[in-house]
Amino acid sequence: MGSVEPLLHFRHVSREYGEGDGLVRALDDVDLEIRHGEFVAITGASGSGKSTAVSILGCLDLPTRGDYLIEGHAVQSLRPEVLAALRNAKFGFIFQSYNLLPRTSALDNVALPLLYAGVGANEREERALEALVTVGLGTRSDARPNQLSGGQQQRVAIARALVNHPEVILADEPTGNLDSRTSTEIMHLISSLNTERGITVVMVTHDAKCAEYARRQLVFRDGKILSDQVSNGAGATVRA
Amino acid sequence: MNARSTATVAMAALLRNRLRSLLTVLGVVIGVAAVLTMEALGQGATAYIGSTISGMGSNMLMIVPGSPSHRMGGGATGAPLFTLADVESLRNARDVGLLSSVSQRSLRVVAGGLNRTTLVSGTSPEYLDIRSWGVTRGRRLTREDERQAAQVCLIGQTVKNALFSDAEPLGAELRVHGVSCRVVGELEAKGASAFGMDQDDVVFMPFTTFTRRITGSDRVALVVVSATEPDRIDDARDHLQAILRARRHVLPGEEDDFAVRDPREIQAVLDQVTGVLTLFLLGVAGISLLVGGIGIMNIMLVSVTERTREIGVRLAVGARAGDILTQFLVEAMVLSAVGGVVGIGLGLVGGWGLARALSLPFVVPVSAVPVAFGVSLLVGVLFGVFPARKAARLNPLAALRFE
Repeated sequence: MGSVEPLLHFRHVSREYGEGDGLVRALDDVDLEIRHGEFVAITGASGSGKSTAVSILGCLDLPTRGDYLIEGHAVQSLRPEVLAALRNAKFGFIFQSYNLLPRTSALDNVALPLLYAGVGANEREERALEALVTVGLGTRSDARPNQLSGGQQQRVAIARALVNHPEVILADEPTGNLDSRTSTEIMHLISSLNTERGITVVMVTHDAKCAEYARRQLVFRDGKILSDQVSNGAGATVRA
Repeated sequence: MNARSTATVAMAALLRNRLRSLLTVLGVVIGVAAVLTMEALGQGATAYIGSTISGMGSNMLMIVPGSPSHRMGGGATGAPLFTLADVESLRNARDVGLLSSVSQRSLRVVAGGLNRTTLVSGTSPEYLDIRSWGVTRGRRLTREDERQAAQVCLIGQTVKNALFSDAEPLGAELRVHGVSCRVVGELEAKGASAFGMDQDDVVFMPFTTFTRRITGSDRVALVVVSATEPDRIDDARDHLQAILRARRHVLPGEEDDFAVRDPREIQAVLDQVTGVLTLFLLGVAGISLLVGGIGIMNIMLVSVTERTREIGVRLAVGARAGDILTQFLVEAMVLSAVGGVVGIGLGLVGGWGLARALSLPFVVPVSAVPVAFGVSLLVGVLFGVFPARKAARLNPLAALRFE
């Protein structure tokens, strides 16, 4: 955490939906700094704004008020193409429901970000296979999502998030659809990306056990950060 | 994302829904196939008519009694036939080269034990030259035959085959309406006329022989002339008209009671008919392409909705709005282009089959193939833009959360 500019920085960020009486304030004047190499877990009740925060962090959504700065650059001022390039190169997404393309092989799913990065076909295949090997699915590259278990599908999704060597992995309830044993495996994997590769991880979860893998725990309530605690995190890894 | 990747992604998406893709492009297939078939047929018919009309003889004009406003009627209007003196006066008209009186009847001809009803014509010796028609064996009719009203005749290939299948026709006797004639020549094969008549089912004899010995009337129902040069045809026609108007006492301001016809007019009329037909069929094809295009748009809209999450995922991993737009546009274009290619293939096969069935020459409508392909691509673009824009404008987060 030595760098001057935080990697990701919310400055008085609000995100509102609707208008008038129907106005919903998903994020309410949130300040947040996330530095290189952090592993942050965000917990909180549903509707507390944690998913919205991750969506904005990943440039899938924009704040309605306040500033979101990536390494000091305000995201609101960026053109849509630049945001797309950021999503492609800087961030890797992991979703609760995996969000793999149906009827598409694991390899092609993993290669998808490379397609939009303009990587040639041969290199795409090479790098996608490498990413699949990293998540332990090197032998299932031809399998389609419906031929894979939930845990395997989430591994494919993680490989897809990794394939373009992102600085940040954003995970929205990555174990939400998995049983506890598979959850543990997936959490080990995500945790190792942080510890071994130095990838910054921001993870939304409702599972306290999962949150313990992270060194920093944020709790959201009503669109605000209720608590922001730093633990050793490593203990959780050891315990699991 | 480069063009090849885009095309690959589009193909993959379409192949995932093979049957649906196929049904979607049916409208385009039918439209394009209809255009191609009709173009092939139209061009075949034009080529055929062109060849038969040029086979009638270049520079040729035909003069028949009866007002020219009775377009194809001729003779049946009560106008008097031409006299021999009329014909002689035409022989000296300016810009007129050769001239032949023609008198025709459908008569029974007998040779050996066989008989046949065929078109028997009394003609002047020049007739074959005007029609650019040769004899394959034997000789032509001569001035001497004409002067003597010689009992000689030429036979067409159909008559020869019908009456002299094995026997030698040259020198043989042919009884025409009870008059004995000697066959002195065989005409070269000419094929069917522009109206489908067998031009080889004919017997020619000297005009004098025909009028004196068979019809008993020396009035002339048809005069065939050739202009000296192709570019003199219109002048020749004017001179012929002036002479005949004077001889037949047509008053100034009155309509001719005869008609000078140019076979090229027949071509023009037939061209007009095929032109109208082509327009009509283009209209049908246009409607079919419109329906096909709407089908493509419909299925692309369905596809965009079905694949909203896919679009969300693509946006989340770095697709630009432009990538999504291109992807769906290319899908629509691939769909319609496949429809176009299948339609072109079907259309050519259909055109070939119909041409065979109608015994027309099969002409590949070379110019229509790229046009048809281009139009089908255009249909894809026109009807693909709206769904593609809809896809490209999706908000990434909303698309990801779409159920």
